[in-house]
Amino acid sequence: MERCSRGHMQAKKRYLILVSAGACLVLLFYLGGLQLPAARSRHGRSRIEQPWPHYSDPLQVFLPWDQTDTEEYNLHISPRQKRDVNRSVYKSKRCRMDSCFDFSPCQKNGFKVYVYPQQKGEKISESYQNILSIIEGSRFYTSDPGQACLFVLSVDTLDRDQLSPQYVHNLKTKVQSLPLWNDGRNHLIFNLYSGTWPDYTEDLGFDIGQAMLAKASISTENFRPSFDVSIPLFSKEHPRTGGERGYLKYNTIPPFRKYMLVFKGKRYLTGIGSDARNALYHVHNGEDVVLLTTCKHGKDWQKHKDARCDKDNAEYDKFDYKEMLHNSTFCLVPRGRRLGSFRFLEALQAACVPVMLSNGWELPFSEIIDWNTAAVIGDERLLLQIPTTVHSIHQDKILSLRQQTQFLWEAYFSSVEKIVLTTLEIIQDRVLEHGSRSSLMWNSHPGGLFALPQYSGYLGDFPFYYATLGIKLHPKFTAVIHAVSPLVSQSQPILKLLVAVAKSQYCAQIIVLWNCDKPLPAKHRWPATSVPVIVIEGENKVMSSRFLPYENILTDAVLSLDEDTVLSTTEVDFAFTVWQSFPERIVGYPARSHFWDSNKERWGYTSKWTNDYSMVLTGAAMFHRYYHYLYTHYLPTSLKNMVDQLANCEDILMNFLVSAVTKLPPIKVTQKKQYKETMMGQSSRASRWADPDHFAQRQTCMNKFASWFGTMPLIHSQMRLDPVLFKDQVSILRKKYRDIERL
Amino acid sequence: MCAAGKYSSRGPALIPRMKTKHRIYYITLFTVVLLGLIATGMFQFWPHSIESTAEWTLEKGSVHDAPLIRLPVSSPIPERGDLSCRMHTCFDVYRCGYNPKNRIKVYIYPLQRFVDELGVPISSTGLSREYNELLSSISDSDFYTDDVTRACLFIPSIDVLNQNSLRIRETAQALAVLPRWDKGMNHLLFNMLPGGPPDYNTALDVPRDRALLAGGGFSTWTYRQGYDVSIPVYSPLSADVVLSERQPGPRHYFILSSQTAIHREYRAELERLKEENGEALLLLDKCSNLSQGAAIARKRCYKGQVYEYPEVLQESSFCVVLRGARLGQAALSDVLQAGCVPVILADSYILPFSEVLDWKRASVVIPEEKLSEMYTILKSIPHRQVEEMQRQARWFWEAYFSSMKAIGLTTLQIINDRIYPYAARTYEQWNNPPVVKWSSVNSPLFLPLIPPRAPGFTAVVLTYDRVESLFRVITEISKVPSLAKLLVVWNNQNKSPPEGEKKFKCPECTAIDGLSLDQTHMVERSECINKFATVFGTMPLKVVEHRADPVLYKDDFPEKLKSFPNIGSL
Repeated sequence: MERCSRGHMQAKKRYLILVSAGACLVLLFYLGGLQLPAARSRHGRSRIEQPWPHYSDPLQVFLPWDQTDTEEYNLHISPRQKRDVNRSVYKSKRCRMDSCFDFSPCQKNGFKVYVYPQQKGEKISESYQNILSIIEGSRFYTSDPGQACLFVLSVDTLDRDQLSPQYVHNLKTKVQSLPLWNDGRNHLIFNLYSGTWPDYTEDLGFDIGQAMLAKASISTENFRPSFDVSIPLFSKEHPRTGGERGYLKYNTIPPFRKYMLVFKGKRYLTGIGSDARNALYHVHNGEDVVLLTTCKHGKDWQKHKDARCDKDNAEYDKFDYKEMLHNSTFCLVPRGRRLGSFRFLEALQAACVPVMLSNGWELPFSEIIDWNTAAVIGDERLLLQIPTTVHSIHQDKILSLRQQTQFLWEAYFSSVEKIVLTTLEIIQDRVLEHGSRSSLMWNSHPGGLFALPQYSGYLGDFPFYYATLGIKLHPKFTAVIHAVSPLVSQSQPILKLLVAVAKSQYCAQIIVLWNCDKPLPAKHRWPATSVPVIVIEGENKVMSSRFLPYENILTDAVLSLDEDTVLSTTEVDFAFTVWQSFPERIVGYPARSHFWDSNKERWGYTSKWTNDYSMVLTGAAMFHRYYHYLYTHYLPTSLKNMVDQLANCEDILMNFLVSAVTKLPPIKVTQKKQYKETMMGQSSRASRWADPDHFAQRQTCMNKFASWFGTMPLIHSQMRLDPVLFKDQVSILRKKYRDIERL
Repeated sequence: MCAAGKYSSRGPALIPRMKTKHRIYYITLFTVVLLGLIATGMFQFWPHSIESTAEWTLEKGSVHDAPLIRLPVSSPIPERGDLSCRMHTCFDVYRCGYNPKNRIKVYIYPLQRFVDELGVPISSTGLSREYNELLSSISDSDFYTDDVTRACLFIPSIDVLNQNSLRIRETAQALAVLPRWDKGMNHLLFNMLPGGPPDYNTALDVPRDRALLAGGGFSTWTYRQGYDVSIPVYSPLSADVVLSERQPGPRHYFILSSQTAIHREYRAELERLKEENGEALLLLDKCSNLSQGAAIARKRCYKGQVYEYPEVLQESSFCVVLRGARLGQAALSDVLQAGCVPVILADSYILPFSEVLDWKRASVVIPEEKLSEMYTILKSIPHRQVEEMQRQARWFWEAYFSSMKAIGLTTLQIINDRIYPYAARTYEQWNNPPVVKWSSVNSPLFLPLIPPRAPGFTAVVLTYDRVESLFRVITEISKVPSLAKLLVVWNNQNKSPPEGEKKFKCPECTAIDGLSLDQTHMVERSECINKFATVFGTMPLKVVEHRADPVLYKDDFPEKLKSFPNIGSL
């Protein structure tokens, strides 16, 4: 007790000392603080803080007025000559579009790609065969070399490793003898492997002249910016079209997985690329950082094996690669013998954020992809810092990196088709310079393959960027009525429809697409409406013409209608307000569903009333006008022809397209009860729907479309959007959309 | 109460010493305080004789006081500069190291006046006003360090902004004698006007070993992608002229050409365009009747009519920026400042800060050969896109062109982003003007995903003391098949939560059926909404008129076949 009270006194004293010391310090700071800025304003900062003395002398300007002009130069050199000089000087390794590419055929005929006919007996690998058939099936293809802007060889250049069985000999003579070779001008050469053990050079073993390279594992040193295209290394099992979806099914928050950083792969004991992997064990901790290597590869690994090999090999076998890939936040992607490795795409698909450790690798599609948003670009020299670095990355950032891996995987990498088309689109963007995609279009959903810059250069004209750019939608819609039967009576559904739609407060104009064989009815036959009615005679009167991007459509939203559709003004108003919340999706009334018929092993189509749906019929649906453009210009002629010949399935195809773009289902809104009866009842087009062939055709369409897309893009939904007070027990007078529930 | 033990476990052992010595402590303490006060007072009120050392005179800021360095003729010259240099080959990343702020440290060499053996300066201008501004702003920034040993990047104080005023060989020698030069490793040079007559190279001709070059006017053949930084040519008008921002929209002229040193081939082409399209084009040139001097830079003429430059730029939707002898043109900066969309005709030119800026949203690039098609090309651009580009152009100028400080710090940020790529500024940060930053919505969950049902959901129930309704909620919710977990948040400090299955009776809470009926409650909530909206600076809530229901909701359909039959049955 005694000791304690003494201690108490001491504590008091110590307090006193502390308080007085504190007070003094405060005083000092106060004075010092006052003094400092004063000194600063008077004569610059003190020496310690501020050695650059903000010179106040009257200094000369760096660009004197009399130097701004360079007229003297202009007298001597003609810009035209200068361009010609550049063209002759910058060749081979210094090739650029300006010096090694001829733009004129592209400007004349558009971006057309020609593939040389295959020579009999010429061996072509499956991967290269895939590349060629994708180009031939694409909308860029031309069979006429006179039309071509770009030429693709039919001899296999993918594998230029002399030790590989796929290696094509005598390539030099084969290429030189091509009549259109022209020193490789406007040619595109695909390559996955070049060079061989031990130095793995990037030389292809033949003179590529002025040709462009689409090459995997290309180094920044050899990469000719905006001329070559860096492509990802893909295996021969990589699917031709479609491709698997990303592994991420839902986001977890916080976004951490079991492991922080993993790697499992070969270790090269000697030679090129061995350094990075040989040092990995320094960072491995067996807990959240698991970096496993094996020495067991090649024939004579025992000969080179070092002290760590046995221990490493044992550890290596304990872990499953797939399991690690799917349960790690980050995946290390160190260089192999070559700069790129399969691991890159594997990590990307697995939603495991790649941590690049491959100095000097020009990352795939680096010209357009901002890799900082989906990967961590490490430096081989800083391997030991990698764990600290990845641990320092904030979880919000991880969440965003991970989602971006999935976006990029599905947009550009999941199939050979996507890789090839991305390559071609990149080159097309260069050729059409002022009409090319901005970085935003390439790096945000739905990606460059679905955002066609030829449609518009203005981002607000697309359905995808309203939120990101804070752009407002056009507040009205255009109705497009597809008319197929002649106008005979004033009580025809089309006229009622016209009047009902025109009454909508959001309706800007109505376009009647006259796809009927009978001549256009006289102007006075159409009812008088408050909005303009434009009648367009359909081109060739084919089904696909209802989705042509008509110049008259000036609104963002299009209300697509069949002539026999029965809709009230309220229903139209409601659909439009819903669409404003979902401008990239189809919003409409009657819905249909698809299912997998396991007996017949094919997709089935059903119009039964079910608890879910995956399509909304375009006979009464609201969607963005961009989909008119996409339908017309993105889809292949083969599918559009099929639709035209059958005069059927155009709505299914539109639903396929929009779901492929958005990765989301369409949206069904409430409709009046009577709709169903009328739709299937006495209307003029009932014949089309009652026809048993009609239904069978739709099944066939489904399967044909799914095979072209390489996958089934349709997605089911169980949701219907109703007006907020729909069928609630409140007075009908309080409901804005009361007509919808009235019978 | 005994608290000593709380403060120090060593307390008891210290006590005897404290007792005998505390008097001395006081004395020492007060002495220190007194001395401190005196020192501060002296520092504050003493006439400035304390600063009259050699260093302080230099601080007063006269370039003439910088030490003179004489370069012998035989002084070594750096190598020309390696075109294959990249960050991983020519840059020593170990000097930057790991740091929690992910920021590089930049050192600036003190100013020296270099002369050759005969005493002739290596540069005709010496330190220019702009380079002084650039270095001053860097030294004021967070990048700056005065500790040469901790620096990651070194900036020589040798001004090479304009190659015209340099003696190439001597400048190179001066670089090589810098104490940390080390083959130019991690050194950064700023140059805006490269090359010289007759053929005007597109990069600085001064041999510079591995030094990084921030250059204005790179062509694709001299620019080392990912190593050099392409910068704008600073326009002195940026500081002299205030052009207020104009609302994007149509302008009096469609295309304006205001550069004075346009090659006659191109001028002829422009004249032809003017003939075809008349008033839409305004083709300005130098005023021949005005006397030479700075004033001429502010005037342009067309057939004797005088226009104020750069003000006239604001009167046009598009402004032509044609290459001259050099690819980089100061006119680009003027055009952007005026919010005019630049139409850039300079083949192979690497646009300023192209590593981070999306020029497609702010400019139109047309090949020189297609100058004659310019009008048609520009006419095909939608109005709203032109407006977006006008806004974007002005924003680029404000953020990245408007001052030497903006140019310098942007350059450093770009290099910083390469060294710490995982902490790099995003595309949106670089490219979105403030108005977009305010109005845009970027969901952190941006990937379109339809999550599977399997993991179910977690119910979080907040409760105060209405135990009865709590139990009702729990009983109802636990019937849901996809419920994975139920979390009750007991938000009541005065009562402990009920245990197990035991039921509480709470007479007073049953009396109020739902808080929402309470009038003051609604008023409070309105206040909340207003307060939140003020803090957010905007009202983020959106009104919609739809509600999600199951597909067959209230449809005339057998209830048994519905997935969610009893929704809305309450």
